[in-house]
Amino acid sequence: MFGTAKRDTALLIIVAILTLFAPFLLNPFPAGSAMAQFNAGYPDLMQRFVIFGIFAIGFNILFGLTGYLSFGHAAFLGLGSYAVVWMYKLLDYNVIWGLPLAILVSGVFALMIGFISLRRSGIYFSILTLAFAQMMFAISYSDLLGRFFGTTITNGETGLQVYTSDPQILIDSWERVPHLLGLVEMRSTYTLNLGNWSFDFNAGYYFCAVIMILAFYLAIRIFRSPFGMMLRAVKSNQQRMNYTGLNTRPYALAAFVISGMYAGLAGGLMAAMDPLAGAERMQWTASGEVVLMTILGGAGTLIGPVLGAGFIKYFENIFSKINDNVLHSWFAFLPDGIEDFLVVIVHPFVGKGWNLTLGLMFMIVVIFLPGGLVEGGQRIARLFRGKPAKNDAPDGSKTPAE
Amino acid sequence: MDAILLQIINGLDKGSAYALIALGLTLIFGTLGVVNFAHGALFMIGAFCSVTLQKILTISTISIDETQKDFLGRPLEVKTPIIENWFGPDIGGAIINWSVPLAIVFAIPVMLVIGYVMERGLIKHFYKRPHADQILVTFGLAIVLQEVIKYFYGANPIPTPAPDAFRGSFDFGALLGLDTALAYPYWRLVYFAFSAVIIAAVFAFLQFTTFGMVVRAGMADRETVGLLGIDIDRRFTIMFGIAAAVAGLAGVMYAPINSPNYHMGMDFLVLSFVVVVVGGMGSLPGAVLAGFMLGILQSFASMNEIKAILPGIDQIIIYVVAIIILLTRPRGLMGRKGVMEE
Amino acid sequence: MSFSKLTRRGLIKTSAVAGAGLALPTYLRADAHAGYTNAPTGDTVTLGFNVPQTGSYAEEGLDELRAQELAVQHLNGEGDGGMLNTFSSKALKGNGILGKKVTFVTGDTQTKSDAARASAQSMIQKDGAIMINGGSSSGVAVAVQGLCQDSGIIFMAGLTHSNDTTGKDRKRNGFRHFFNAYMSAAALAPVLKNAYGSERRAYHLTADYTWGWTQQESIAAATEAVGWETVNNVLTPLQATDFSAYLAPIQNSGADVLVLNEYGGDMVNSLTQAVQFGLLDKEVNGKKFEIVVPLYSELMAAGAGPNVQGVIGSMNWNWQLQDEGSKAFTKSFGEKYGRPPSNSAHTCYVQTLLYADACERAGTFNPCGVVEALEGFEFDGMGNGPVLYRADDHQCFKDVLVMKGTENPSNEYDTLEIVEVTPRAQVEYDPDHPMFAGGDLGECNPGA
Repeated sequence: MFGTAKRDTALLIIVAILTLFAPFLLNPFPAGSAMAQFNAGYPDLMQRFVIFGIFAIGFNILFGLTGYLSFGHAAFLGLGSYAVVWMYKLLDYNVIWGLPLAILVSGVFALMIGFISLRRSGIYFSILTLAFAQMMFAISYSDLLGRFFGTTITNGETGLQVYTSDPQILIDSWERVPHLLGLVEMRSTYTLNLGNWSFDFNAGYYFCAVIMILAFYLAIRIFRSPFGMMLRAVKSNQQRMNYTGLNTRPYALAAFVISGMYAGLAGGLMAAMDPLAGAERMQWTASGEVVLMTILGGAGTLIGPVLGAGFIKYFENIFSKINDNVLHSWFAFLPDGIEDFLVVIVHPFVGKGWNLTLGLMFMIVVIFLPGGLVEGGQRIARLFRGKPAKNDAPDGSKTPAE
Repeated sequence: MDAILLQIINGLDKGSAYALIALGLTLIFGTLGVVNFAHGALFMIGAFCSVTLQKILTISTISIDETQKDFLGRPLEVKTPIIENWFGPDIGGAIINWSVPLAIVFAIPVMLVIGYVMERGLIKHFYKRPHADQILVTFGLAIVLQEVIKYFYGANPIPTPAPDAFRGSFDFGALLGLDTALAYPYWRLVYFAFSAVIIAAVFAFLQFTTFGMVVRAGMADRETVGLLGIDIDRRFTIMFGIAAAVAGLAGVMYAPINSPNYHMGMDFLVLSFVVVVVGGMGSLPGAVLAGFMLGILQSFASMNEIKAILPGIDQIIIYVVAIIILLTRPRGLMGRKGVMEE
Repeated sequence: MSFSKLTRRGLIKTSAVAGAGLALPTYLRADAHAGYTNAPTGDTVTLGFNVPQTGSYAEEGLDELRAQELAVQHLNGEGDGGMLNTFSSKALKGNGILGKKVTFVTGDTQTKSDAARASAQSMIQKDGAIMINGGSSSGVAVAVQGLCQDSGIIFMAGLTHSNDTTGKDRKRNGFRHFFNAYMSAAALAPVLKNAYGSERRAYHLTADYTWGWTQQESIAAATEAVGWETVNNVLTPLQATDFSAYLAPIQNSGADVLVLNEYGGDMVNSLTQAVQFGLLDKEVNGKKFEIVVPLYSELMAAGAGPNVQGVIGSMNWNWQLQDEGSKAFTKSFGEKYGRPPSNSAHTCYVQTLLYADACERAGTFNPCGVVEALEGFEFDGMGNGPVLYRADDHQCFKDVLVMKGTENPSNEYDTLEIVEVTPRAQVEYDPDHPMFAGGDLGECNPGA
């Protein structure tokens, strides 16, 4: 089916089902209940889950397969966003113009940066990509390019946004926000109320979700193709490959460009959901985030990076919003003394301390689950099946990530 | 002319800071082969050693002054540091005033212990793990350390002044007989000298002691040294402690220049990695050289005359130089073959 | 195979449903009939407090949160009522807003536009917040203001000082109580002239981002108008940490004043290092060298420690003001948290009350009603004398404080002292002033 092995098809179907039913799955608690704090099924966060999923899937094609650790992939994310917002400014709010351009622009930049950076390997490669990305970040943050040409190109730290004074030559009078071909606005949301539960079905989310499923499918095909095998060979022993007379660099470059285009697409989708492109999307922290997502989920596995992306975004958006009031409402059923005690205990880990929890989770996962979250899933699955561990899992999840 | 001289002085000063920060990292990263994203956090903890000592020295007794009012109109609580009660306001005040240099003595044992615990408790288990796992675990650790500091000290920068004796600046112009001013702050000159001493000490230690020799041998070929029956692990632990101490000392003395806040380490993290890699993996002299080179180039790029031609060049110069060097010299300035190249 | 087809068809159906939704109001909540986004249905109303809780401005964000919590208490009739007792409008009765108890949600902007928008989105989409308040940088304020305009939510800006927030990026749904770079400059220039004379040569170090640019433009124009000369303007990179390369050339530039258009950690570091360079001990052109920091905050002054002594800057508000409103606020804040409030705390507190008051006077939570009630609203009793919320650009006009670092601080909160309270008339400007031109408020957007 789809030209994939049975096992992969199953994975694809599972991913598709999970994504399409995410509005239900992510909102397990009734709205208004104390646990509703943990609901993640609102449009903005669901969009972020799938968009960063795409970003991480793409990153994994480079890092998971070839082992080349790029520390500058956020540059492509930012480029994609700028491309889409510029199309809003020049043409109109239809996302169909910007997204292909986002992929194209980031592809071209990835080709240039990759061509130069892949002349080196290991840490030298990482620092080269980091240097390129940081340069692009500095240029965007202070709009150095715009200053050079005497115009606005990235609009600096404020971020590029659409003004009514922009040309927008194709604009129709009803266009206010990003939409797809005039069929549907990205922000249109249908809210289904079932008893105390409420579920949001957002057009933008489903648009991104479909693209993510396609991106995931493409990643499976790449992983399983002869090209993918070649990339894995690059990782396991580049020297041996070179001795056999094979030039590995074009393969690595192809992987770099593909993953750059994934990043550009993700950046484009961010601007398609929310018409703003900010320079901080290019900062090294953003590059580092996708590295962490991939490693956390399980580098080299198909589903791992998506899990990692979801994990980090969940902590960032859910834990940061838990304040003392919320804590008190959770523990309200307990006697006052115990309630206050528990609030004091939990307090440092939530709200402004959400970073602490995230940092601890990073350490716990990497110490106890060397293969990332995917390994955690496998262990649980094994526990249920009651079978001994199979060490030669063919899906590459055990391949050490280097 | 004077502008160029001034930027050379400035570049040497900047470079010494970069070199010192990179030195600790290159001991761990370039030689032990651990990608240590917590290095910035060690630097930050060093700076907070200064803050902590200052706080300890200013632990105060509180007396109520009825003549003065606080912001709510209540009688003002006047704090007198206990140390001033003990030694009198003059000597006590001087001790508090010198808290940053005194913090060097305080920071060395603290940082050695932190380095030791970090290596034995965590890093030891990651020598054989992929670099990716090292990144994740040390990044997680860095966040945790940062948040712990934030929990106790808040997020605001904390003023940590240098002793009054070092206030003001020294005029090189007068020294060189120029008629223009070439003033440079005393404290930065102290920092420069301090870096030079620490760097020299680390080199001497590795070069001239038996311990250093074994460690260098272990860096080159860990297994063989192990087979010779030498407990290389223990020595690596000590090296890790020393690296943490170097990072911490860089932070201690930097506190008066850059008021410490909990995420100052992250601001230096990228920079220190760039310096180490440009210097070449596995090379201590390389890291020092790269530190000075990038410092001087950045100083020149910050000159108004240069910025007039290329606006914003000072923001990207380090990365431009890094790219040029890594493309012309495959292993940075003085890198060893085969370190972190796969 | 068949299964996958089903999925796809299901998908097309979903898009079709959503497509049909285009003709309908965009946000179909159960309460859509109310005609605006997140209309409160129960007996509570939710406000969103979006402040930096991590990163460089975390401390400032924390202070804003404290103030907002206090405001909610006062709105709900708890505590001593604070400024409700001194506020000239008496619409608020301490029984919540329009009889609904006020609740709030908090979020972390991280001082990043993306994170701030994500956090605001979650308040709007998940928590049903009717208004977003807070923030500690202009980039974030502009980004969140744009989002609120698109979503049909009221945005009350926190600390944002760039001219653009109510200039070229002004929005109908957004309001700013805080003052701006132009007003700082207009208030500072006469004081600087009095203190340092009109024959001064100023050297500017400017943070290289939007706020820095507008701050430098404003202060340069204002000081040049009183006779100062601008020797040079050097842009410094974000988080430069080491300013020595930019400070060193000042000594031979012939300048006798240094203007630091920097904020937050950059301001703390640049000022500390400038003092280390001995600039304040110098004499140039026969005059004592001076440093000016156009925008002060208590937290930055605390971060720079003794280095602020004698340095002049401006502030939106300070707890040392002796009017009834300021005293009431400082008292209830101080008693609850044991420290005096910062000026960003004041702004966030006042913004919360102003929003609530506007709802009461409009008799609705509908953003368009609130906008109407706030536009051209004049009030008093909230510090800084009589205040006008100007309808043309949603900027508040009030007295501006010129501050100076205290020479001999008596306690840890005694860092800045008020030099002069510049009357409102002196800092007012035309809505189409060139520094603010190009903006368009647009129409008020009630959302769904």
